[in-house]
Amino acid sequence: MAIIVDTDTRLVVSGLTGREGSFHGLRNRDYGTEVVAGVTPGKGGQDVEGIPVYETIAEAVEQRGANTSMIFVPARFAAAAIEEAIEAGVRTAIVITEGIPVYDMLGVYWKAKDAGVRLVGPNCPGVLSPGKANVGIIPAQFFDPGGIGVVSKSGTLTYQIGNELKQAGVGNSTIVGIGGDPIIGSDFIDVLNLFEEDDETEMIVMVGEIGGDAEERAADFIAEQVSKPVVAYIAGFTAPPGKQMGHAGAIISGSSGTAEAKREALEARDVRVGRSPTETAQLAAEAIAARA
Amino acid sequence: MDLLEYQGKELFARHGIPVPDGRHADSVPAAVEAAEAVGYPCVVKAQVRIGKRGKAGGIKIANDRAEATRHAEAILRLEIRGFKVHEVWVERASKIDAEYYASIVLDRSEKKPLAMLSRMGGMDVEEVAEQDPAALVRRHIEPGEEFTADAARQIAIDARIDEDVTEQVAGLLVQLHGVAQAEDATLIEVNPLIVTSDRKVIALDSKVTIDNNALFRHEDLAQLRDLSAEDPQERLAKARGVTYVKLGGDIGILGNGAGLCMATLDVVAQAGGSPANFLDAGGGSKAEAIVDALEVITSDDKVTTILFNIFGGITRCDEIAKGIIEAFRRMNIGVPLVVRLDGTNSEEGLGLLSHADLADLHVEKTMLGAAKRVVEIANG
Repeated sequence: MAIIVDTDTRLVVSGLTGREGSFHGLRNRDYGTEVVAGVTPGKGGQDVEGIPVYETIAEAVEQRGANTSMIFVPARFAAAAIEEAIEAGVRTAIVITEGIPVYDMLGVYWKAKDAGVRLVGPNCPGVLSPGKANVGIIPAQFFDPGGIGVVSKSGTLTYQIGNELKQAGVGNSTIVGIGGDPIIGSDFIDVLNLFEEDDETEMIVMVGEIGGDAEERAADFIAEQVSKPVVAYIAGFTAPPGKQMGHAGAIISGSSGTAEAKREALEARDVRVGRSPTETAQLAAEAIAARA
Repeated sequence: MDLLEYQGKELFARHGIPVPDGRHADSVPAAVEAAEAVGYPCVVKAQVRIGKRGKAGGIKIANDRAEATRHAEAILRLEIRGFKVHEVWVERASKIDAEYYASIVLDRSEKKPLAMLSRMGGMDVEEVAEQDPAALVRRHIEPGEEFTADAARQIAIDARIDEDVTEQVAGLLVQLHGVAQAEDATLIEVNPLIVTSDRKVIALDSKVTIDNNALFRHEDLAQLRDLSAEDPQERLAKARGVTYVKLGGDIGILGNGAGLCMATLDVVAQAGGSPANFLDAGGGSKAEAIVDALEVITSDDKVTTILFNIFGGITRCDEIAKGIIEAFRRMNIGVPLVVRLDGTNSEEGLGLLSHADLADLHVEKTMLGAAKRVVEIANG
């Protein structure tokens, strides 16, 4: 089955004519993703290696049946591009762009939620379902198809873990890069929920890092709603504690935001936390072998 | 980006929020002049980007010129938990009837702004939150909805604010929210928000954090960026555009990707080593980026060995190897370097490094192996 991106993904790339957009859009296409259109205002009517470019996402949806949008446009225009995607009626928007103002994302988040659009990112590497589709910048060569779902805040760290899983002979249903920004479209809980419902996913690897309390809330969710085994890795035990300015941050967050707090919360809910990326991959490989 | 107190107060003033009269000074003579201008009694306040200044002796009341001089001298020599005091804000002292707490903060888990108000303001509001949660009124502001005077008034009533100042406090809360929206502030905290003896509500302190991603649309705030870091390595890193945090150990670290770099620190520490720094090289494979990174790392005298942990995704390991070889050509590194190369084109990259036969370069394939190796060399 896989989640979020699949063989029925029909992708429209906002920024396909740009350097990054074309490089990764074409890579996605070469992987086997149905890249049906690009959008760049002012360049409608052009094409990128045969992929038609339109003025608006709405046209791409109308003319090419696009159902998934990948956003590569610069930060100052990205929120508007995401809103355009939502209004155009896509079911999924995956935002690679880094540096989007947080208040812009706030507005976009609720707009997507109200419209029932799956939003992933921003500042994320995208979503890969091995053997089916790749939307974003995840290097697909490190991942084989298989039963392990991966949800991660990180980029290269995730690729390393994927590579070690592959070397251990196990593969992935879907890898979801949720990104590390404060306001993101899909949180750990959202993706864990999707993995729990997905037939192809047998177990889940969660990769978190310091900051916020998403991992702690995910731990509670896992205990209450996730029946499949979960293994985690948390980066940042050696990072210096954040310099706290006001008191407000400490008050509203249920957690100190440290790696230690996250590990404790997860272990308290029977989620094994690997001490290194390598150990985490090993634990996952063992867990899935045990289910075989 | 954190604003200094006086910068936050200037922002408040521009938006019509009452603040005490004050003057900025970065020397003792200027501070005394400021005190004379503002009038006595006045308060000399250290301007640093960290809290609990009062407890560290950074806030002092001066009743006359002699005291102003003494306090300015003492405070401008202070270092408050790692932050040197370079400047002060000299403010007219207020006659305080009550100290409240007010803040607007972006709640990232609820994904909504959160307004907080308490009649128990002052230094230990985290303790209030813990011991008497009812005293701290918290209300999320619904996105897409206006934060109305009515809503703010209800918060003030629930917080049992004195009746005669409820309107002022409610109005101020609405204004604070307005500032947050207009200036892309993810945190605005006023602690204390005071009621003066003539029953005026004034912001006596200001802690404001501006979203870095939004600075492109706030040129005036972007100029307030503190480009002078205290630490020589961090100053050099900023000048070179390198993402770097000093940690104080002896093993210099570079990783490509923040998560991978943090994981590298953890793995080195587990192997018994002491990381000197965090350095995220991003996708940097060009010689320039590697030279810059090495320059920053090696400028730290404490560094005795270096670990490069690279997992090439889109970035190719052979390009990184070429960058390293070029960097060795251009500079004398002076300490042993352990390089771990894995991922895209790793065999080519490892081959290039082996063939180059660089002095004191040790090559590893796995992350754990590299961590072990660099710790052996550092401790050996």
